[in-house]
Amino acid sequence: MTIRQIKGVATAAPRAPRQTVLSWIFQARELSLIVVIVGLITVTTLTQPQYLFSEGGLRDLLRTPTLYIALAVGQAIVMITRNIDLSMGSILGLTAYFCGNLFHEAPFLPIPVVILLTLVFGAVLGSVNGFLVAFLKVPALVITLGTLYAYRGISVLWIGGNFIRPEWVPTEFKQFALANVFGVSNLLIVALIVVLIAGWFMTSRRTGRDLYAIGSNPDAAVLYGLRTKWLTLIPFVISGTLAGLAGVVYVSIYATGDSKVGLGFELQAVAAAVVGGVAVSGGVGRIWGVALGAFFLATLTTALPVLSIPSLWQQAIVGVLIVGAITLDRVFFLIRQNQARKELSA
Amino acid sequence: MSHLLELHGVTKTFGAVAALAGADMVLDAGSIHALVGENGAGKSTLVKIIGGLHGRDSGEFLLDGESVDFRSTADAKHHGIAVIYQEPTLFPDLTVAENIFVGRQPYTRFGFVNRAEMRRATRELTARLGVAIDPDRDARGLSIADQQIIEIAKAISLNAKVVIMDEPTAALSGVEVDQLMGIARQLRDEGKGIIFISHRFDEVFALCDTVTVMRDGQHIETNALADVTTDMIIRQMVGRSVDNLFPKQEAQIGNVVLSVEHLTRAGVFEDVSFQVRAGEIVCLAGLVGAGRSEIARAVFGVDKYESGSVMIDGAVVPRHKPSAAMGLGMGFVPEDRRKQGLAMTAGVQTNITLAIRNQVAKLGFISSKLEHGPAEIWARRLQVKTRALDTHAVMLSGGNQQKVVLAKWLATSPKLLIIDEPTRGIDVGTKSEVHRLISELAGNGVAVLMISSELPEVIGMADRVLVVREGRLTGNISRSDVTAEAVMYAATHGAEHEVAK
Repeated sequence: MTIRQIKGVATAAPRAPRQTVLSWIFQARELSLIVVIVGLITVTTLTQPQYLFSEGGLRDLLRTPTLYIALAVGQAIVMITRNIDLSMGSILGLTAYFCGNLFHEAPFLPIPVVILLTLVFGAVLGSVNGFLVAFLKVPALVITLGTLYAYRGISVLWIGGNFIRPEWVPTEFKQFALANVFGVSNLLIVALIVVLIAGWFMTSRRTGRDLYAIGSNPDAAVLYGLRTKWLTLIPFVISGTLAGLAGVVYVSIYATGDSKVGLGFELQAVAAAVVGGVAVSGGVGRIWGVALGAFFLATLTTALPVLSIPSLWQQAIVGVLIVGAITLDRVFFLIRQNQARKELSA
Repeated sequence: MSHLLELHGVTKTFGAVAALAGADMVLDAGSIHALVGENGAGKSTLVKIIGGLHGRDSGEFLLDGESVDFRSTADAKHHGIAVIYQEPTLFPDLTVAENIFVGRQPYTRFGFVNRAEMRRATRELTARLGVAIDPDRDARGLSIADQQIIEIAKAISLNAKVVIMDEPTAALSGVEVDQLMGIARQLRDEGKGIIFISHRFDEVFALCDTVTVMRDGQHIETNALADVTTDMIIRQMVGRSVDNLFPKQEAQIGNVVLSVEHLTRAGVFEDVSFQVRAGEIVCLAGLVGAGRSEIARAVFGVDKYESGSVMIDGAVVPRHKPSAAMGLGMGFVPEDRRKQGLAMTAGVQTNITLAIRNQVAKLGFISSKLEHGPAEIWARRLQVKTRALDTHAVMLSGGNQQKVVLAKWLATSPKLLIIDEPTRGIDVGTKSEVHRLISELAGNGVAVLMISSELPEVIGMADRVLVVREGRLTGNISRSDVTAEAVMYAATHGAEHEVAK
């Protein structure tokens, strides 16, 4: 066998012959996020040392992101399959109350059982989305927009003017959010476990890889004989479960909450996923990038007030970041496509 | 000994259209079997049935002498059938190695996808095929040739008994074609059965041992290639009557209306020059993918082109500007009327007046009253069968939809009308009505540029046939000289057989 060297055929050459600085930054989205996060924390701490160097400061910095990370990872897995889950915020609200109420109504249940039941409840709510999208073939945007309102409606009916009362929640459970292991916040450990499991699943399990495939080219997935219905359903179950986890975490942190808990969180999850490198068009994105994206957005929300940037500006800044991230993705995609074309005709 | 693959009397209908009406195919192990036929002869449908993408309505399907009934593509794959589709179907965001092993990635002992093993197996496969493709690069941006190699590597790694290649060479250059043919022979010598679909007879004769000809969804003949000639195959492909067609009426041929000179778009069409006169129907014929629609779209300005010029009545039509083309008197009836020709959820009246909106508006507001006039006239003239003028276009039959699209352009009193596949998906009765309309149009002095994949339609309607092959004009046949064989020959063989200037 001879190795051919003809026009338009890739040989064993290195991946990319000319790497521009820009494309390097693009490929290392995670690295640039880390730099930005460290920079943001440094600047904020220089302005206001208490931001980091106080017991409460560090604790807040390391525990609030857990909510965002759980939601963003779930959202990212759905988005990788070219779908979207807009109902995550409503599921978070419903499961948070479910969890708090369970503590109240069934105080005899051990805490792990309550957590488990809440996660199962989240999974059920998510599988309703997944089932409708996969089997009725209605676009996920429409279905989850519907369940966004439906689940919130159930919350309002069920909770009414009531709210989770701090005295319902067992002290050990409240303590969990405050405690740490060797100086690392328990909640941060929870977030790390979520990221590790999801990352392993998405990069190293057959099903995870097939989720990337189906998002990358749904038509090819059918021709290839992948179980597309099943692969469409799974991510919604995962995102529902992770929204349930976020509900548990919410109760643990705040030990209270009314029927408005989680309002608008689904869009924050989308934002974190996009900033973390997930493409809305599917097939692209890494879990630890998403986790960093979520961590970054959480840090930004705590840092901006300290930097005495009016809260009015926060949303605008997040918006600019999202638009910027998507525009950059597109620009780099076009650059790469152009390069590939030039190589072919060279 | 039983055959590797046998299909007998297979039928398949989509809605009212019969795609297969008795297709037969017998494939043996260690054989390369050519499947040929005109556009729409049913080859692709047959392939999709073998590949498990469609179920058959009736007929026998035997694999290794046993009756099979595939419910999915995965099912067909399990039975050792690999299909390499005309358009490679890779996952652009996955690596080359992952593309080969999607859905059946090997695992390590610890439950991780074994990338090293996939990489090694991919290297081995590509080396066997005589190429070196980096297993770790993304599939995005690979050349068509490389994508096809990956599809073949996939088929080999699945250990397929039957490999179907649907026009694999359509997008390849000479060297790449030779290489692909080498691979096909290698697979044959390993005892696999290969179905090779191609419109290039030189390749069919160079590679295959048996040929099956299909026409109108039916099996026509199967022969050893040693026993047939190109001319015989072409005759089997086109041999049918052209009775049920409305021939074009005589019309006064006038001045040149459209003049296209040296139109070029790299890789799509090259140096295309032709003219269409008033009252003349010029047909662009050729195989699907030859570049006919692309030329028409460029003339109208939907697509860009790099060099050359388009003129209407001597006035240059600006590039890539359909509004200017419309202003100069061009109309364009696209191939896909549902997606490109009609506003499906708007009424007949709105659709008909869509291209003359300025005339039906008062003070900048479109007036339903003003719309009604022209809509009524054109719907009547074209005999659009609809209950009311506000019936949504989606409710009409295919033939009536096409009449609405035609009416839309006729309302603009065009000098030139480009019609891409005027009768696709229209039943036989309405077909001749559409033909009559187009013929009348030419009779009224409109220049018509028509694209059609149906040879009888081309022969019945055209004053002149321009044959396109791989982006170039390879034939210019006048009405008196036109035969199905001549058109087919120019479409498949190209310039060496240029007929009457």
